[in-house]
Amino acid sequence: MTDGAAGSTGVEGMDVPETIKAYVVENFLFGDDSRIGPGTDFLENGILDSTGVLELVGFLEEKFGIRVEDDELVPDNMNSLEKISLYISKKTGKTEPT
Amino acid sequence: MCGIAGICLLRGPGSISVETLYRMTGILRHRGPDESGIYVDDRVGLGHARLSIIDLAGGTQPIPNEDESLWIVFNGEIFNYPELRDTLLSRGHRFKTATDTEVILHLFEEKGPACLSDLNGQFAFAIWDSKAGELFLARDRAGIRPLHYVVTGDRLLFASEIKSIFQDREIPRKFDPEGIDQVFTFWTTLPGKTVFDGVRELPPGHFMQVGSGNIHIRRFWDFSFELPGDQLDWPVGKIADTASELLLDSTRIRLRADVPVGCYLSGGLDSSIIATLVRRNFRNELRTFGVRFEEERFDEGAHQATMVDHLGVLHTEVRVSNMDIGKHFPEAVRHCEKPLLRTAPVPMFLLSDAVRRTGYKVVLTGEGADEIFGGYDIFREALLRRFWSRQPDSRLRPLLLGKLYPYIFNDPRLRNTLQSFFRIGFDRHDDPFYSHRHRWENTSRNRMFFSEEMKRATQGVDGLGDLEQRLPDDFPDWDTLAKAQYLEMVLFLGNYLLSSQGDRVAMAHSLEIRLPYLDYRLVEFLGKVPSKWKIFGMQEKHLLKRMYKDAVPESVVRRPKHPYRAPILEGLFTGNQEEIRTALSESALRKTGMFDPKRVSRLLEKVRRAGQASEVEGMAIAGIASTQILSRQFIEEYPLTADHPLSPIVFVDRRTNSIGSDPDCSFTNT
Repeated sequence: MTDGAAGSTGVEGMDVPETIKAYVVENFLFGDDSRIGPGTDFLENGILDSTGVLELVGFLEEKFGIRVEDDELVPDNMNSLEKISLYISKKTGKTEPT
Repeated sequence: MCGIAGICLLRGPGSISVETLYRMTGILRHRGPDESGIYVDDRVGLGHARLSIIDLAGGTQPIPNEDESLWIVFNGEIFNYPELRDTLLSRGHRFKTATDTEVILHLFEEKGPACLSDLNGQFAFAIWDSKAGELFLARDRAGIRPLHYVVTGDRLLFASEIKSIFQDREIPRKFDPEGIDQVFTFWTTLPGKTVFDGVRELPPGHFMQVGSGNIHIRRFWDFSFELPGDQLDWPVGKIADTASELLLDSTRIRLRADVPVGCYLSGGLDSSIIATLVRRNFRNELRTFGVRFEEERFDEGAHQATMVDHLGVLHTEVRVSNMDIGKHFPEAVRHCEKPLLRTAPVPMFLLSDAVRRTGYKVVLTGEGADEIFGGYDIFREALLRRFWSRQPDSRLRPLLLGKLYPYIFNDPRLRNTLQSFFRIGFDRHDDPFYSHRHRWENTSRNRMFFSEEMKRATQGVDGLGDLEQRLPDDFPDWDTLAKAQYLEMVLFLGNYLLSSQGDRVAMAHSLEIRLPYLDYRLVEFLGKVPSKWKIFGMQEKHLLKRMYKDAVPESVVRRPKHPYRAPILEGLFTGNQEEIRTALSESALRKTGMFDPKRVSRLLEKVRRAGQASEVEGMAIAGIASTQILSRQFIEEYPLTADHPLSPIVFVDRRTNSIGSDPDCSFTNT
């Protein structure tokens, strides 16, 4: 079930942006949520490095039951909480959530 | 090679604690186990711990000049001393020893501070002019030998290592948050700074004059590069021939010693060239030493074997297990005296131990070649980003990054992200830190583990701004490679490689390293060579490879650059590394107050769960663990008892009221 809009309740009642934020804060900022807002650029602000991007993708695939194709793995989809939320909404709008 | 220490009263005559001087010198025994000597008068005390290499019988320090008005303690080697000695003899100087130490002294008599320009070597020394009441301290051009000092009240204390200065009970021992902050950005402190409050380092290529209560510090040399239009326009063949002659001569004079000289041989190009030069030109028999790793991805054994066969040398290899790295990490930290973001110093610490067990006191190493000939990936990365930025929409240019970093670009899923990363700031050509900004910003992410108190203490600290202030005046006009080389030389080489992977871990086992690539004649010459001959297209160290392609096996010349690294996670967490576990425990972190215990726990938990760490996470763990260990060793549990009894074979006592002034010590005057 999804309404296809970023920043709202999405996959099976999950708050998509909050879920992603919680993961990023826990795994890359080790609990410090003061440095990250919806539009914070991950690369510019050194929040993710190349290993981090792969960790994040692994998380998204597992959590939201999607498959991130190689050509989708671009900063336009992955570089901020907003962008990821939008991308997840699009993906889960097209495919059946698991 | 030795350890030096001293105390200077800044406001006229008074009493110098000989007991303190004894302890300051005694704790440097690892640097100079063979003998020791002391000089003391009413204004200055000098201590020397000696590793005898030249004039074994006659070189006991401190050494005076003819009329005993000047006294020197010296750590290092002056490789051109025979030539300097001849000149001084012809000018009427009389020598009592056959040492390079005495050469410095007479040269100083002759020229004062200008004598430094004549010295080709690696040195840190102190000369006390008892007539003028002036103390002179100096440190070599690249910073191969260390020299620290503290000014406290009316005294100046100096020593090869900080632990010696801390033997004075009045010196407060605490961290300088700014110094720690710098390590967590630049991988080391900036020149002149240490991680301990009030403890300074005389920067490389500088001297200090102390007299009449004043202290003056001046630079006598710096790494320098010609502007692009002024670089040598010689044919490359002539450039290669000149550089070859310089390196050969540099190697030749670095074999001067009254003890045998061996070579480190890693299997990489740089040390292979040095071993080849020695074996082919100067020594029929050569002994070499190299590190092998349990972890295959770090091991260079196959290339070492190629070189050993090729040269027919007697080679000793030290096999380093993951367990060894964790076990010896705390001891390496104690010698390095700064937080380590890597574990790479540990294998070098173990290698020097193995060398000393064979009876060797001196080895040549390949350090410095990557800096002066252009060997590092970070140099090529800067050139590539600049090249790409001239046609930002090119699809082909960014693909070159994949050639530079094939191991991370191997994953097709990462290509776009990585390209975006390297694109950041690629058009900011006037950024003085164009080459290094990414690395430093990446490293400084780990400042997020600082405690709130540390964050407050480092608020407003501007390491980059400080560094920019120190750059040479014509730096903005240098080419991209020259700028990157300079930054690498003054920071990573001078303050990390030459100490934490050089002097400190070698001297820990009384081993002297000598570095032919850092002969100032060669360094200055390469500063004039056009950058295109250093990195030709994408080929690093092109000139060096061209110089020795026929002398070194092709497989060694052509192999891709293999940075010397050691495992962090496997090293620190294999087996039961009690000391490291304790250092990273929540209670120890809380006690030290430098890091946020909760955040560090989350990091450790994540890494434990995943069984691996990213590059930056690895640096965080090593950096936090070593800071914690340093705190325990130097601040919380620092031994101030005389665990290092000293029996100086020279004790020069020039105090006016010496008898009974130090009831704990009784000496024979010489």
